[in-house]
Amino acid sequence: MSTSTGSHASGRITASQGIDTPSGHEPDEGGHFGPYGGRWVPEALVAALDELETAYEKARHDPEFLTELDRLHRDYTGRPSPLTDVPKLSRHAGGARILLKREDLNHTGSHKINNVLGQALLTKRMGKKRVIAETGAGQHGVATATACALMDLECVIYMGEVDTRRQALNVARMRLLGATVIPVKTGSRTLKDAINEALRDWVTNVDTTHYLLGTVAGPHPFPQMVRDFHRVIGLEARAQVRERTGRLPTAIAACVGGGSNAIGIFHAFLDDPGVRLVGFEPGGDGVETGRHGATLTEGSPGALHGAFSYLLQDEDGQTSESYSISAGLDYPGVGPEHALLKDVGRAEYQPVTDAEAMDAFALLCRTEGIIPAIESAHAVAGALRLGKELGPDAIILVNLSGRGDKDVDTAAKWFGMIGSDESAESADGTAIAEGAVTEPAGSFADAGSKTEGIQA
Amino acid sequence: MRSVAEVFARCRAEGRGALVGYLPAGYPTVDGSVELLTAMVEGGCDLVEVGIPYSDPVMDGPTIQAAAGRALAAGFRLRQVFDVVARVTAAGGNCVVMTYFNPVLKYGVERFAADLAAAGGLGVITPDLIPDEAGQWLAASDEHGLDRIFLVAPSSTEERIASTTAASSGFVYATSIMGVTGARDSVASAAGEIVARTRPHTSLPIGVGLGVRNADQAAEIAGFADGVIVGSAFVDAAERGGPDAVRALARDLAQGVARGARPA
Repeated sequence: MSTSTGSHASGRITASQGIDTPSGHEPDEGGHFGPYGGRWVPEALVAALDELETAYEKARHDPEFLTELDRLHRDYTGRPSPLTDVPKLSRHAGGARILLKREDLNHTGSHKINNVLGQALLTKRMGKKRVIAETGAGQHGVATATACALMDLECVIYMGEVDTRRQALNVARMRLLGATVIPVKTGSRTLKDAINEALRDWVTNVDTTHYLLGTVAGPHPFPQMVRDFHRVIGLEARAQVRERTGRLPTAIAACVGGGSNAIGIFHAFLDDPGVRLVGFEPGGDGVETGRHGATLTEGSPGALHGAFSYLLQDEDGQTSESYSISAGLDYPGVGPEHALLKDVGRAEYQPVTDAEAMDAFALLCRTEGIIPAIESAHAVAGALRLGKELGPDAIILVNLSGRGDKDVDTAAKWFGMIGSDESAESADGTAIAEGAVTEPAGSFADAGSKTEGIQA
Repeated sequence: MRSVAEVFARCRAEGRGALVGYLPAGYPTVDGSVELLTAMVEGGCDLVEVGIPYSDPVMDGPTIQAAAGRALAAGFRLRQVFDVVARVTAAGGNCVVMTYFNPVLKYGVERFAADLAAAGGLGVITPDLIPDEAGQWLAASDEHGLDRIFLVAPSSTEERIASTTAASSGFVYATSIMGVTGARDSVASAAGEIVARTRPHTSLPIGVGLGVRNADQAAEIAGFADGVIVGSAFVDAAERGGPDAVRALARDLAQGVARGARPA
């Protein structure tokens, strides 16, 4: 029996509960969720995936591992993350009650740490000394660099050159934490290509290296294992919402790039048929423009980065380039379990445009004093949409997966506080204060004006 | 010659290893790739691998990535691979296609197999498809008489070598080292080991690829393997001197595989 079982009895949810208690929605032996998932990889990686699967299966039933995971998440991550009522935001959502699951308050600023600490512990147990990872916005890279610093592991982060430019702050954070950051200059120079380069490194150095994949995509066992490390989000939130409101939420809103935060919060509610699960994909400039990352909405099934799932591709099966204002959602693939949830209708997926997300971003800043990650702002925008549809009796649980410190530069440009060729760090603060603006894409001062008449 | 098995059998009868050369279709253009592949055949490649350029080639190093990227930028379309195979076959070549699997999935596995067989292709090498996920391809390759060439790697367990070779036909592709494509100075030691580990599991010929770039390496590998596979070095030659350089490299490598033939 795991040591966490005792704490379950006292009603307190711990991180280890997500891995030592089967979810009841496991893939088959080959890692398939229906037709999706599996291992679409070079043979050279199969042995390492088998090793990882064996190590994970052993660890999830090992009291020592579970205790250490719980200790880290309590004392280092700061779990459980709180649930926050946001009544002033709710006024813009048709009066529906919005509750935020505050993964933004975790150490390193997002949900990514849940998975990273688990996989870093596994890396040590497998006797590997070197960790590689991909990153888009830099959140997973920062979390990975953090765990590697904590656990004395060598850390190499692959990041598309386009992303190292737009997320310079996170590049500096990773380097401060002791990681080597390699800007990837092939292909579209974004997250997709960072994953390609990480896979090439892994094929070459697999004996000594663990690939600490940051989302619920990739070959088996990653989609299942990463999901399990994030299940704590939903398990905590389910108990918190019931305690706070006396019932289950009407709907859950989460953003979906690869899909890790969404699957983490959805999973505890899969067997509650009355709870609507809604994933919000990056609609970019609008799906009709072709400039978006709405993989489940607009894509079709195929194999990419080790899994069979939905992806954005042309008629020859070449991967299409995705686009989103949010680097963390700018990915043409998606986790295989989401593909199955879409097909069977248990979850639904809708696009949210850059403009809608940034409007919700501004609104949450102004009404509640919370600066969300632009990724998470897609979920907030989705909740506003759902609230108007469901009405004032609804309770909408939002996974606020990350905080927006990293996005200040992008937001300041969007709202015209600085020019498009400036950075917030180097701009003249007096000019920002006095509101020098050149044709902003969105208005920060009028946040909420496009929703339902600001009442605050 | 109408099968991969016959190609290897003839080389064996001549007391030498088979030379297998790779270049991407559509590189630098569709017509240009036919010229380069034909030059490879004229220089002495027993089997040619016609690569399908793909947006996310995770098993390829910088040289082949760049060549495939150039083909895609020049507007290469998947269906053109059948034209390339038909033309190189007409020029006397024996062609297999090497492709990441998503383009095949999107085209339709059954339709791809039918069109490739009609073009005269002999089989498909699948660097990112393992037999575990290959249900549709096993059926379609049987139906259309195409060989399916799966890969074994130095990291493969005995169990995986057994199941992979059991699903293979034509020949088995052994990757000489852990890594991606690209010419290297030394490949033989790990290559010898994976070939020796694979041999007891199959009577199929074994070809060794990844990293081979010159006649001496080809000779050394032909001493223990049935075929020597060269890719990036051909791309380098094409970049350097077009069809003439490709033909010259093929001649040089062909002398290498003849020199190092393993005892029958």
